[in-house]
Amino acid sequence: MKLAKRDNNMYQLNPHTWVDRYADYLFNYAIARISDEEIAKDLVQETFLAGLKSAKNYKGTAAERTWLIAILKRKVIDYYRKINSKKGKAEIRIKYNPGTESDGDWLEEQVADPGSILENDFIENEELGLAIQECISKLPKKQSAVFTMKTIKGLNTEDICNELGINPSNLWVMVHRARTALMECLNENWFK
Amino acid sequence: MTCDEARIICHKTQYKDASVWEILKLKFHLLVCNACASFSRKNTKLTTLCEEAALRNLSDKDKFRMKKILEEEI
Repeated sequence: MKLAKRDNNMYQLNPHTWVDRYADYLFNYAIARISDEEIAKDLVQETFLAGLKSAKNYKGTAAERTWLIAILKRKVIDYYRKINSKKGKAEIRIKYNPGTESDGDWLEEQVADPGSILENDFIENEELGLAIQECISKLPKKQSAVFTMKTIKGLNTEDICNELGINPSNLWVMVHRARTALMECLNENWFK
Repeated sequence: MTCDEARIICHKTQYKDASVWEILKLKFHLLVCNACASFSRKNTKLTTLCEEAALRNLSDKDKFRMKKILEEEI
């Protein structure tokens, strides 16, 4: 990914490009932790605004995206604190699930099991999602747009061609370049 | 069929956009070309990974709104 760096090897912020470069990545991070789409969108927006407000404190030692993710993490924690402190309650909200067919109804049984295949799959898929998003962000803008429209949004070829003003041959060449670059990127960042 | 053509059809099959005739031509090419067969396996793996990751993107409308709010604050 092309990172904005100063001459002395320090990163610098460019808020004008934040939405294009990081909004999807931050949204995927937020939606994995908060299943409500609208709240996840709000947290991404709040992250950008908080980033802008605290830009003067940015030291330039971490990449822009890493810094924004750190802000979003705090926003997610604040969100859970807020919903748990509503109505003056301080209890941990864990549903008791008395209707399940488990042997007992101890709370321990409801806690995530680190050895569970389902838990591990969830974590791995989330990490995979972020790795793919990172690779997509490294693509040239038009390739990234074509790949996203075709693969993530599932649009048909004709609609994409009309929207981007390209013909189907151009589209498939762009898909080819994007997918080849993604395979190489994931090979470097995911399989190694 | 050249390898370039085979790879484009290989991408089309990932999105179920290839015609029956194109699929048949591709299958034959993959039988005789190891490089494209390897490419096809990796390409299919990429499709599986994208499906497993269940990627979600913000709509253009959401991004436009975010940009507008951000630009007002800059």
